[in-house]
Amino acid sequence: MIIAVPLDENKLDICPSFGRAPYFLIRNTESGQTDILENPAAQAEGGAGLQAAQFVADQNAQALITFRCGENAAEVLKAADVVIYKAEGSDAETNLAAQKEGKLAELTHFHAGFHGIR
Amino acid sequence: MKVAVLSGKGGAGKTMVAVNLAVTAGNAVYIDCDVEEPNGRLFLKPEHVTETPVCTRLPKFDGDRCSGCRACVDFCRFHALVYIKGVPKLFADVCHSCGGCMLVCPEQAISEMDSPVGHIEQGHHGPLQVITGVLNTGEASGVPVIHSALKAGFAAAQTATLSAEGSAVDDVTSSAEGSATDGFPLTIIDCPPGSACSVMESIADADCCLLVAEPTAFGFHNFRMVWELATLLGKPCGVIINKMDAPFEPLESFCREQKLPVLMRISFSQKLARLAAEGGIPVESDPEFAADFAELLEKIGGVIQ
Repeated sequence: MIIAVPLDENKLDICPSFGRAPYFLIRNTESGQTDILENPAAQAEGGAGLQAAQFVADQNAQALITFRCGENAAEVLKAADVVIYKAEGSDAETNLAAQKEGKLAELTHFHAGFHGIR
Repeated sequence: MKVAVLSGKGGAGKTMVAVNLAVTAGNAVYIDCDVEEPNGRLFLKPEHVTETPVCTRLPKFDGDRCSGCRACVDFCRFHALVYIKGVPKLFADVCHSCGGCMLVCPEQAISEMDSPVGHIEQGHHGPLQVITGVLNTGEASGVPVIHSALKAGFAAAQTATLSAEGSAVDDVTSSAEGSATDGFPLTIIDCPPGSACSVMESIADADCCLLVAEPTAFGFHNFRMVWELATLLGKPCGVIINKMDAPFEPLESFCREQKLPVLMRISFSQKLARLAAEGGIPVESDPEFAADFAELLEKIGGVIQ
């Protein structure tokens, strides 16, 4: 299973923003491989959540752990069959461990985006 | 001549000034570009109203032709397109209708479809033509409706010019003709509040701007923002100070320094407020007010250059 986590500048904590997180941690739970990739949407003029969701889907992720996520991004992730888990506490590794033990709940509330402001 | 009436904040008196000026001009065109809350029609109560829908264009995908190259997704700088499980997907709210995706598609798999965002109402208040842009609730951008309202208004003004040239030549002393130095009937553009994209769109073709300001610190702050925008776009400006009880010195000295003509000062008046609340048009019931607006109309023809 491949799990994506938006990361802060320190590359350890989960970033409060999904779309504009500077990095994504991509963990392959079978191989144990971890990549920390730059988020191409971090500096997007608009539609950052959509672009970030596309990026996560393109990593073949099946799960995402995040504090929050916009409606549009959630729609993309659902279409890509990515399960969205709600992060608890800031440490990314702690959350990955909790997800493995089935202790993370799914994120059910998606905020309205800041998109469409032309 | 096209005159835009604008202010940096809502409630300063844009619609009051625009409506009264338009009624004073008589044979003129009033365009309400405050498409989120077009209030001019509440006062002008236009008759014989016709409605025209306003649409934007959105991309439509032909699944059989799409090769999955993602050229469209990569091109869209607004990220309105995603490609999931072999299918391109559009987020209409985010799309700016630029048509770029259609151009870059090597398979010609993208066509365009109309998507309604609002409508234009065209009617009359006596000799005055009333054009109202109405944005559908929930739409993110009023710009397409503003664009259509202006286009309809300018076309109406053009038609009026042609018919005037064809018939009456003995009417040159009327106030509308007097201010229409370019032979174009006076066109009043009632703008949305603020200084954002929708205001830029509204004043883009205006010959001059009337800035309605309240004589307060807050009013002055917003006035400067909208003045900066109009100046940036090279529009000559005149100032109307509304709800005035005493002069607000920073505003007065700013106008002096920038050589901005203060064309009108409207006193703070309960009578006016009551009349507005009833949906009345002051120049139609108050001779003093009518004289003030006749004077304003005359000034616009000469003072703002």
